Amino acid sequence: MVEQAEIRVVHQGGSNITFREPAISSDSRFLLCASGHNVKVFSTVTEECVQELRGHTDLVTGVLLRPSNHLQAYSCSADGTVRLWDFTDGILIKTYVIGYPICSIYASASHDGVIFIATPTKGYKTLDSLQLLAVHLPQTAGQLVETSDLSAVLSDVSANPATVAFGRAGEYVASTNGVQLQIFFFKKQKSFRFSLKENSCSGRRNTFTCVACHPTDDCIATGHEDGKIRLWRNFDQKREYTYRTLHWHHSTVRALCFTPEGSNLLSGGVESVLVQWRYQQESQQDFLPRLGAAITHIAVSPDGALFCTSHSDNKIVLIQSCVKVSSIIQGLVKGEAVQTDLMVDPRSKALVLNGKPGHLQFYSLQRDRLLFNLDVVQQEFIHQEGLDQFQVVMATLDGAGAWLATVEERKQETVEAELNLKLWAFDEPSQSFVLNTTVSTPHEVRITAVTFDPAARGQTSLLVSCGRDGLFKAWRLAPPAHPDDGGPSWTCDFVSGYHGLTPQRCCFSADGSLLAVGFQEVVTVWSPASWELLLTLSQPPGIIRDLCFGRLSCSKFLLGTTSSDQLCCWNLLTCSLEWSTSMEVSLLLADPLSDNMAAFCHQDGNTDLFVFKPSEPRPLFSQKAVCSGRVSRAVFAPREVALESCEESSQWLNRSQLYFLTPLMDLLTFSTRAEEERLMTASKQLVVDDSVAMTPFQLLLGKRRPHHQAAVEDPAVRPPAERPVPPGGSAAVRELLQSPAHVLPAAAALCSVFMEALLGVATETRENETSAGETPSDPEEEEEEDSDQEMETRATRPERGLLETDSADPVLSRAQVRELRRVRKLDHSWFSSLLDS
Amino acid sequence: MASFKPTKIPVYPKLGEKVTQDTLYWKNYKAPVQIKEYGAVSNIDFSPVAPHNFAVTAFSRIHVYGPFSQEPVKTFTRFKDTAYCGRFRSDGQLLVAGCEDSVVRLFDVSGRVALRMFKGHTKAVHVTDFTSDRYQILTGSDDYTCRLWDIPNAAELSTYREHTDYIRCGVTSKLNRDLFITGSYDHTLKVFDARAEKSVMTMDHGQPVESLLLYPSEGLLVSAGGRYVKVWDLLKGGQPLVSLKNHHKTVTCLALGNNGERLLSASLDRHVKVYNTTTYKVVHNFDYAAAILSLALAPDDESIVVGMTNSILSIKHRKHTEESKEIMSQQRRRPSYRVFVKGKNFVPKPDDYLVSKPVKEHLAKYDRELKKFNVSKALDASLEIWLRKKKPEITVGVIKELDRRGTLKNALAGRDEEQLSQLLHFVIGNIVDTRFAPIILTAAEMILDIYKSVIGQSALIDQQLLRLQNILESEINLEQELLEVLGMLDTMFATSVTRKEVPYSDVGRSNGLAQGEASSSRPELQAT
Repeated sequence: MVEQAEIRVVHQGGSNITFREPAISSDSRFLLCASGHNVKVFSTVTEECVQELRGHTDLVTGVLLRPSNHLQAYSCSADGTVRLWDFTDGILIKTYVIGYPICSIYASASHDGVIFIATPTKGYKTLDSLQLLAVHLPQTAGQLVETSDLSAVLSDVSANPATVAFGRAGEYVASTNGVQLQIFFFKKQKSFRFSLKENSCSGRRNTFTCVACHPTDDCIATGHEDGKIRLWRNFDQKREYTYRTLHWHHSTVRALCFTPEGSNLLSGGVESVLVQWRYQQESQQDFLPRLGAAITHIAVSPDGALFCTSHSDNKIVLIQSCVKVSSIIQGLVKGEAVQTDLMVDPRSKALVLNGKPGHLQFYSLQRDRLLFNLDVVQQEFIHQEGLDQFQVVMATLDGAGAWLATVEERKQETVEAELNLKLWAFDEPSQSFVLNTTVSTPHEVRITAVTFDPAARGQTSLLVSCGRDGLFKAWRLAPPAHPDDGGPSWTCDFVSGYHGLTPQRCCFSADGSLLAVGFQEVVTVWSPASWELLLTLSQPPGIIRDLCFGRLSCSKFLLGTTSSDQLCCWNLLTCSLEWSTSMEVSLLLADPLSDNMAAFCHQDGNTDLFVFKPSEPRPLFSQKAVCSGRVSRAVFAPREVALESCEESSQWLNRSQLYFLTPLMDLLTFSTRAEEERLMTASKQLVVDDSVAMTPFQLLLGKRRPHHQAAVEDPAVRPPAERPVPPGGSAAVRELLQSPAHVLPAAAALCSVFMEALLGVATETRENETSAGETPSDPEEEEEEDSDQEMETRATRPERGLLETDSADPVLSRAQVRELRRVRKLDHSWFSSLLDS
Repeated sequence: MASFKPTKIPVYPKLGEKVTQDTLYWKNYKAPVQIKEYGAVSNIDFSPVAPHNFAVTAFSRIHVYGPFSQEPVKTFTRFKDTAYCGRFRSDGQLLVAGCEDSVVRLFDVSGRVALRMFKGHTKAVHVTDFTSDRYQILTGSDDYTCRLWDIPNAAELSTYREHTDYIRCGVTSKLNRDLFITGSYDHTLKVFDARAEKSVMTMDHGQPVESLLLYPSEGLLVSAGGRYVKVWDLLKGGQPLVSLKNHHKTVTCLALGNNGERLLSASLDRHVKVYNTTTYKVVHNFDYAAAILSLALAPDDESIVVGMTNSILSIKHRKHTEESKEIMSQQRRRPSYRVFVKGKNFVPKPDDYLVSKPVKEHLAKYDRELKKFNVSKALDASLEIWLRKKKPEITVGVIKELDRRGTLKNALAGRDEEQLSQLLHFVIGNIVDTRFAPIILTAAEMILDIYKSVIGQSALIDQQLLRLQNILESEINLEQELLEVLGMLDTMFATSVTRKEVPYSDVGRSNGLAQGEASSSRPELQAT
């Protein structure tokens, strides 16, 4: 169908950046990490993503700097290709087609033209048994290269890429699998196997988890599941090998890494402590505690100055020589499950969901960047497996984003769960949420739903919570009992139940005049003003799963889904069932900006989407098999700029965008073709300087340089001088007007020159004559300025073209331009020196 | 690298009254001096002149006490029957008192024998007062009359027979020699002008009037009767201004304090309440041992004197700032403020290079141990004697934190007799506190699990365990009783709430609504 092709399900950011070990460029300025189907290049200073290397058609499973050229990097992917990139410019240099899905990639400086990849052993479909292959990369010219020169190095390699390491100068490769350590010497073509006992006497597992080789010494460090690190020596003998055990970690060692000089060994694990062991004097350790979450990878820059640790909460921490955290690159935190609903913060337009344990994350969808984490639990997180932690299980924002309610919960085996309801007020000066009220044990048993009263934007003062104890409670923002008690806080206003049934859902109507609470099979409608029970609705059999009031023109409808796969729509004016249909709705959502509703239906293992108006019998839009599995979290995010699509099927996306989370925690959205086209053109326009992150300074000073370079390199590209200049001002004037006021010299200094420039058309010819005498000296001056100040070229180049092509416009005379330039030069010189350094 | 987050200590709302300026002011009294009188103390009056002696009328005597004496400086005993209402004249020289035998006696403060006797009433005289010109006396009696007497020749000047019941209170104006107000058991207050034949104003209090009080400006009149204290605006023709009902028994006496900014009322319910005279809200409350009949405040609130039915006179003297200053000076002198701000207000010059010092985070001792995962030491630190006595919430917070970390058992184990007895002492003291009960119960169970093998080895521990058992048993009994009461209350509420017709009635007509409303009356959880 043509209509269906118009709207597409696309991935929307939030991809995992800690899937594989990141690579740090040799000058420590860039960090490369595999992120979904792409490779992302981050600046280590600004934490911004400066480049995205797109090309792979499946999950990227490894990134590696090319040993022979530090400006190039290999990436391998499950699509069976290895790609060579120039990561500074984001250019794909070569694609090597291997033909098998690749799990990881390794290289060694002494093996020129050879890379090592781990692929599944032929005949095995699963990833249980891998083999390590050496691939000789052919030196052919074309971009797409077929490789056929594969030779097996090791078989029986573990799927964990950390279990393979290359030893001193690439002489040997060490690989571990299970309780076996396997070492293969390339020169002797001989391999040794050492195995540990399945269980040591303490009953903990000896399984190898990671391996690292000393860069200059014959020493292999291995990490184990019981938290031990073993340093192996003399492993080129079958019998006389020795190992030394280091034990600090209390649970699995996840990552091990030697610094480039081999003076230190870094290790990390679940404790989220980076431990630095001194090589040869292992009793001395340095610790960098509380890094946030379990360490999964450790990488060290080639000069050893910068460490980077990847964490299980999708975060990369950059550490300067094991003392100071210099920057943090944080992606969307995805736990095993999202417990809170997806929400959109009305102020920052950020997606809000629970992130790190005990935190709520605010994730900017537009910038694909985590804005901040709100610490809800405010307790020290103990990194220990199997510990009951406080979890943020529910959160809700009011209509204006002024209040946030969170519910945290800690399950315990013996006693009932600990519950806290917290209310946060948005604090304007600090631009974040500040704790206002804590209610401990608001309900005796777990809370099933919390919702704010949407009425009277900005003045929300009513919160309703439902609990398994068969009660729902209304909380009101009340002024303090004593005037010297501080600000207002929330207190319980009303408690009620219905026949002892458990309330499952509650929902306010759009104007806040009605509250619907679903008590198992019965929907009760209350008036929040008087707390009267207005009416009860029920459509047995089936327990109410979701409740939703219609919006705008459909506000007289109340929709509900039941566990008996019914979608019911009640008319509140007649208090009767308007219609019902049989479908297994897993999630029902109302668009806050229109009267549309979205229903995710689970059918045959797939999820279908229906968008409909409660008042109309035909759905506006439907798409089968949006994703596999059951969708249980979705949100309508209001668009900043409304689209103007006239297509009937995509009209529902005009005001807001629908995001949803798949069971595999992928954040997907629906996008129309028009929107994609617009995005594509936008991304083409956005030319980013290769080394400098997009900062206001960069935009100010570095914008025109690429054009200039392109003009020099490629004559086909139209030089900027020939671009049509909008009438009404020369480039210098425009430059002047466009640059921010605070970087300009005082207006008094500029004014006279500027005014003269505007009036100067009449005197122009005379000025030209006089300046003709100065012409010989001009180019020198120009060149000199070019060398130390690139801004001058920007200012003069278009202007020259202008002088030649179009003299009808009010144009600055040369002398005036020079004077203006001098004034600006005076002011901006410190700027360019900053850039140069 | 995030910094260590200290243990979260929940903030519990302070129970009891809030500390305000008023509570500080009215609590600033020494322990009361109690003097046993011969009978119920019916009236106390302070002398308006300097040493501010006060006359205490009790049974058939009037004692005059000096400001700091505990023995009467003067006693008038020439009454045939119970004396009433001993009052000083505005110069403090003369004292007048009524008597059950209907004779009004006038005494010289320095003398012993009555100077004058005013006879004419036919029943007990409960009200006596001097007019502001100092030459006349107002009396009110149980014969329903009030009379004016001339002091020099002991002659009756006029009689007003307008009340229809006992006259039990009256005041004379301090500004106008002709004006006086009486209150009677016929529920009325009457304003009389000696120049007029009849009362000029009548106000209905609604209850038998027990006490009257005029504001210093004499624009407002306060009357007490029954459980009510009412304020009347005399300038608006006796319009009622406020009606206060803060006592649950008859209000017997009124007084003004704090330069007329606070009103005090004493009642048979054994309380003295202090009201703010601008908002008429109760700002403070004193409790006494018995029903209060009379109350008086010395000028500048130097002392509060209260007379009770059990014939006890209670005198509270104000604490003086000099005394508290002395205590202050005894304390160790701390470095002056200047030392602390030294260098703080230094403004760096523009070309100075600023080296910012990292702010060192201060952690409590138990947090320092928790940071190092020294669980036993952390528990020890939180069990320090002053901490567990003064701030049990900190100890409980640490126990909770240890439980969250799953290491509570380790922290509790391995203690010797002394440490264990300390721990048990804390558990016994706090296990019935609803704020702490859930976590302390967990800890108590763990203690029993860990140390059950050593029970019987130490007499001290065994004794404490038995105490714990007793406390728990009594608590369980209490809970059961409370639940019974709650059940009874629920049924009462359910019957008292009128059932409402719910439209579309099929499900909503049962008592679901009533049940809901009943449960809403339960006490709410505290919010911080």
